[in-house]
Amino acid sequence: MTKVGIAAYGITPFTKDDQKIESVLFKSAKNLFENNPKINKKDIDAVLVSTNNNSKYLSPILSEMLGMQPKIAHSIESLCNSGTNSIVSAYSYIASGLADVVLVTGAERYDSPGQILEWDDSRGEFKHPIFWASIFSKSYKREFSISDEQLALVSVKNHKQAKENPNALSSQIFTIQDVMNSKKLTDDLKVLDCSRPCTGSASIILTSEEMTKKITDTPIWITGIGQKTTSAGFTKNTSFSSMESTRQAGHTALKMANHDTKNIDVAEIHDAFSVCEPMALESLGFSKSGQGISMIQELYETNDFKINPRGGLIGAGHPLGATGIAQTIEITQQLQSNAGNRQVDSAKIGLVHNMSAAATSSTVLVLEK
Amino acid sequence: MSFESELSQGKFCIPECTVCKKIIWPPMEFCNHCFGLVSLKNRDIEGKIIEFSRQNEDYFCVVEFENTIKIMAKIQQTPKIGQTVKISKCGISNGNYFFYVN
Repeated sequence: MTKVGIAAYGITPFTKDDQKIESVLFKSAKNLFENNPKINKKDIDAVLVSTNNNSKYLSPILSEMLGMQPKIAHSIESLCNSGTNSIVSAYSYIASGLADVVLVTGAERYDSPGQILEWDDSRGEFKHPIFWASIFSKSYKREFSISDEQLALVSVKNHKQAKENPNALSSQIFTIQDVMNSKKLTDDLKVLDCSRPCTGSASIILTSEEMTKKITDTPIWITGIGQKTTSAGFTKNTSFSSMESTRQAGHTALKMANHDTKNIDVAEIHDAFSVCEPMALESLGFSKSGQGISMIQELYETNDFKINPRGGLIGAGHPLGATGIAQTIEITQQLQSNAGNRQVDSAKIGLVHNMSAAATSSTVLVLEK
Repeated sequence: MSFESELSQGKFCIPECTVCKKIIWPPMEFCNHCFGLVSLKNRDIEGKIIEFSRQNEDYFCVVEFENTIKIMAKIQQTPKIGQTVKISKCGISNGNYFFYVN
């Protein structure tokens, strides 16, 4: 089986702009080709589009807009982890020999229908994600005696880190008091605890080993993949203070890459809400149960960007279909020592954690130089 | 008779497989264990509150029934973890299921 590498990427700023989805998709792909003149459009075998947008036939549309006639063209939707699931599909096409070069483009508008899972009637009238996030927060705080102020540190840290990300939705710095004083959505959630839906796009090119070496002098390899879906419905979660799908996906990915969490130098974690970051860190094995917040506090106090260097979803914004791809681009830049003021020293191995619908589904990737 | 048609009349029925007798939640036409036909049972059920929060003055909670069915419901009084409750009102409004417990 061929190794699969990341040969190129492109991204747009994440904004609240009202643009057509086709235009948003096009812009990060254009950015990719402009930054990587060695890539010949004729070499691209597959174009995969990651989005929750209701518009139809977006992959053939993007292909036509880019002047390409790929062998394979289709969309992939899986709510918030559409992006990494598309990357896994691209990996599979290459590893199986069906393709050598795959373009994956993810995009979303600020008003994406993917924010609400209509099917999940067990949630009753509480279908907006703020309600599962409130239940997670309450449960996590109760089980581990964590305060609202401690959880607010996640938002403070990630907004601070987003300030170094030129494509981030937020450029503001907040204090714990700012988070605590921000609009109260429920007893357990403030508005600054939340990632915000936005308009944005990210593109990445995955290649076979041979093609990777032709296109780039700084290849990054995907060495581990783990995916797990435990259910679709939020109330089917067996715990509201840990993430079982994340635990299993992380274990699978690290085993495939033959690494342990302690080997990971830098990680993108799916902080859809403040509580998700410590929960994911614990479920992935970065810290023991209930100690994720202590790890986050230490990182913040030492100005260590190891976790969510681009500002996470809370700081960078969350254009659902683009998020997993943007996370993967960030880890690629980190491993290429190309992350500017966000750079983590001597980063050699990175991890991407991307999840959907209250952690009912998770995807974890391990990337290496 | 479907779960939704009953729910829209304010009745909460238990979806149960006619073959393996398992409770199937969320309600489906066929069992997700043995693919047997699912029928609806009318019986009083008690649940336990396993978590809750509050938006403005309204408490909402996750309630578990018969170790299988979990729903998010409204509750008027201050809830407690482990509190035993029954469904007091349910239905469909603007396409969304709604549940009250007390």
